[in-house]
Amino acid sequence: MRAWIEKQRYLMDFTLSSLLRRKVKNLSLLLLYTLIVFILASAMFFTDSIKKEASLILHGSPEIIVQKVRAGRHELFPIRQIDRLKTIRGVASVEGRLWGYYFDPDVGANYTFLVPTAGSASVTPHNASTDVVGGEGDESAGAAVPSTEPLYRVNLDTLKSGTAVIGHGMARLRHAGTGDVMAFRAFDGTSMNFRIADTFSSKSELVSADLIVVTEVDFRRLFGIPVDVVTDVVLSVNNPREISTVATKVAKVLPDARPITRDEVLRTYDSIFNWRGGMMLVLLSAAVLAFVIFAWDKASGLSAGEKWEIGVLKAIGWETADIIQMKFWEGAVVSLTAFFTGAIVAYLHVFLLSSVVFEPALKGWSTLYPQFQLTPFVNAAELTTLFVLTVVPYTTATIVPIWRAATLDPDTAMRRVGE
Amino acid sequence: MILHPAVIANVVASLIVSGALVYAAVYGIQILRRWDLQSGDEYQLVLERRTYLISTILTFACGLELMSLFLYVFTANNLCPLFVGAMCAAGTLNVNPYGYPTLVLKIIGFILAGLWLILNHADNQAYDYPLIKKKYLLLALLVPFSVLETSLQGAFFLNLKANVITSCCGSLFSTEQVKGVGSELAALPIVPMMWTFYCGMGCLMASGIHFYRKGKGGYVYSTMTFVMFGVSIASIISFISIYIYELPTHHCPFCIVMEEYGYIGYALYIPLFGAVVTGMGIGVLMPFQDITSLRGVIPGLIRKLTLTSLTLYAAFMAIVLYKIATSTLVL
Repeated sequence: MRAWIEKQRYLMDFTLSSLLRRKVKNLSLLLLYTLIVFILASAMFFTDSIKKEASLILHGSPEIIVQKVRAGRHELFPIRQIDRLKTIRGVASVEGRLWGYYFDPDVGANYTFLVPTAGSASVTPHNASTDVVGGEGDESAGAAVPSTEPLYRVNLDTLKSGTAVIGHGMARLRHAGTGDVMAFRAFDGTSMNFRIADTFSSKSELVSADLIVVTEVDFRRLFGIPVDVVTDVVLSVNNPREISTVATKVAKVLPDARPITRDEVLRTYDSIFNWRGGMMLVLLSAAVLAFVIFAWDKASGLSAGEKWEIGVLKAIGWETADIIQMKFWEGAVVSLTAFFTGAIVAYLHVFLLSSVVFEPALKGWSTLYPQFQLTPFVNAAELTTLFVLTVVPYTTATIVPIWRAATLDPDTAMRRVGE
Repeated sequence: MILHPAVIANVVASLIVSGALVYAAVYGIQILRRWDLQSGDEYQLVLERRTYLISTILTFACGLELMSLFLYVFTANNLCPLFVGAMCAAGTLNVNPYGYPTLVLKIIGFILAGLWLILNHADNQAYDYPLIKKKYLLLALLVPFSVLETSLQGAFFLNLKANVITSCCGSLFSTEQVKGVGSELAALPIVPMMWTFYCGMGCLMASGIHFYRKGKGGYVYSTMTFVMFGVSIASIISFISIYIYELPTHHCPFCIVMEEYGYIGYALYIPLFGAVVTGMGIGVLMPFQDITSLRGVIPGLIRKLTLTSLTLYAAFMAIVLYKIATSTLVL
């Protein structure tokens, strides 16, 4: 064992010095290799951490959302039907939500208006607050349910009629701050003014960037929504195993309603991000392929010097297996250097520089886009995937050329130098 | 098909493994048919050189197979949120009938590739390639497994349909898919399994030490390493996992390789896989002890393999005992 380790040490020693002797050739390969790893790693780290972020946020969203559908379109939900949902066994609470979108032509952005649900406020009228814990998916930026881990908090005491609490993204876009007054056009063309009572902390920007929280009276007045309807209804279910049963019952009780469970939203988001990341990799596969061809070419096109070196080594007693081992160490040094450098640079790029290179392709686009810093998240599965997608193709491409080089006859190898 | 980076990586890895093996087997068949050590023909020289290529490819394929085994489980675990009822890898692999067979084939592929490498190592030590035909026969046997594994894995990934909301006004999904996929594996009764595991390990250690010292009972030990591999996997499902999860109902053999449990699964599976390959390698080498050119090689190699497999099983056992001792679960 000791002898084997010693042998590998000498081989590595020799490999390193031989690599350093051909700096330019190896450096170009190393640079290209690192670049490939960097690009793939950036795409993967970004999609995975944004997926993680989305799933963390969505885990706090309501278990079931019930929307009214007419002719395949989303409709307002009549309040009188809420009681029918309460009769379903397993439902802990039912709350109507009021939310909607408002297009601001001045800045070309869409805002999300939301009325905090009064569930918690009605129990403790003083110092009442509503914890807003997550977005409902593709439709709303905030869903108000009491939960353990609030993403941001709306103090209902500060929120009075004629005031609004706005998200950080909006405040930035409209250059508005606490105390300022913002005007909105109501459904009937009249103007409505809101004094900004507060802004959400920038920590919650991913979910609150475009959010405006107003009182119920103001919301109904702004959009002309009658008092007997709400936008949709959220159901909380105590036992997570009962969610799908409850959803089935909802569909039975209200055949014209569409229940959406939290898991469905989570799965959909997961798929979207998987697809984006996968698509990016498929597009980049051309680059990987080009790199593999380059590596193949580099490995098979031995220079006269390298051939001569192998010839000398074999002439002084190295066996074919030794040359293959030496070449293996050469590949390992190049691959691991490129892999780790690429992965570390990608990590810095994604989590420190907010992935400036891939942002437009992966994040999506909007006038009012939240500014957020992703939580660093890298795991062994990602690194293994990255390894299989970069180092494995490289190694595969170099096996046959390495074997060819290693089986050169010493006399042929040395004789060709003069040719 | 789900276009997840890890799915792409799995497909790439399997294609490379089976591609490399088919490539190696093509030359292997040429060697089987035309090998003649007595001949000084140029073609024989070419074939002799090819053996280096094939053993390099097999080493690579064996390593990649092990990596892809873990990657496969990782991927299955990552994809589980996409399927109704799947809680971890166990559920995802159950989504269609190709999941588990692929896993089994991956394990078989790894063991066979490992055995091939042992045979190859022994053969390379002798001056006259005495095992050449046997080892290329084994290679020819390995290829169908690998190709089948790649096809099954392809079928598995192609038939994965995520249960997602297809459009904002699409039909309700939850009512259509009321039947969930169970993610719990059938576990054997705990107490008899514990007895089998501890007694089996005791016998294995005893027979291993006996064989190492006296050189007798090699086949018994080799068979025991194989049997105990199966018993160990069954024990992981039956009781080791519940000590790790500290949850008497969670028997999954896959979650233990995940981050949440400190990747302890690697510390269990890698010694276990190493031990079964080295242990079975003894049985594979024993029939060739009497070949003249291998007489000086095989006994030493067998001793090394015995020591390695014993050490690996001991390491596996130590980790199991440590996890059970430090677990807050009391059965």
